[in-house]
Amino acid sequence: MSSVRIQSEDFDPGAEMAALKNGQNEAGAVVSFVGLVRGDDGLNAMTLEHYAKFALREITDHVEQAKTRWPLLDVRVVHRTGRLTPGERIVFVGVSSAHRQAAFEAASFLMDYLKTRAPFWKLEERAGEERWVEERARDDESVKRWH
Amino acid sequence: MKLLYFAWVRQKIGCSEEDFTPSADVKTVMQLINVLRARGSGYEEAFRDPARLRCAVNQSHVGFDAPVNATDEIAFFPPVTGGHA
Repeated sequence: MSSVRIQSEDFDPGAEMAALKNGQNEAGAVVSFVGLVRGDDGLNAMTLEHYAKFALREITDHVEQAKTRWPLLDVRVVHRTGRLTPGERIVFVGVSSAHRQAAFEAASFLMDYLKTRAPFWKLEERAGEERWVEERARDDESVKRWH
Repeated sequence: MKLLYFAWVRQKIGCSEEDFTPSADVKTVMQLINVLRARGSGYEEAFRDPARLRCAVNQSHVGFDAPVNATDEIAFFPPVTGGHA
């Protein structure tokens, strides 16, 4: 089981967690992550642009990779696009599994991917100036640990 | 073919998508880049430094030596990034 959504509207983390399937009560662990827009360095807003068909395919592909790698019962991913301000929710990853280690690792793997490789581009607004976020070497490092 | 542009590539060119029919001798992404680059100042700026660009043909990441065909959907964009979350 899995669900991947890309949307401009906000989501309800509680509802997403509640929607995670637990099989026939086989789940012993649910791990969820909610990413927020961080307001440091005077960030006023961030606009996420995406390539809809490509992003959905890429994220779904990584969810399938996670399900091959760890024994997961369910995975839910929600990623927002559009203009977001500090404090707003931007991404949700939730996984359910029989045991916690698989759930923690799978959620972390998916977040590292979403943060660094998923086809979203981020335009930051600070003090009236707009700037596209550039590639960072550090992001590549966080993905490499899964290879 | 259908061309899609994202982020600053879109801003420099001034549109997010367009239909384009290159001459028959354009067979690879790199050849397409060179043709597009010659189309005007916005294109020249966007495609001047191909190392700053990534390309997807029919929603799959490809290298610049990948083949292109008349019915393809070809997207140009900057490398995807981290940032706030």
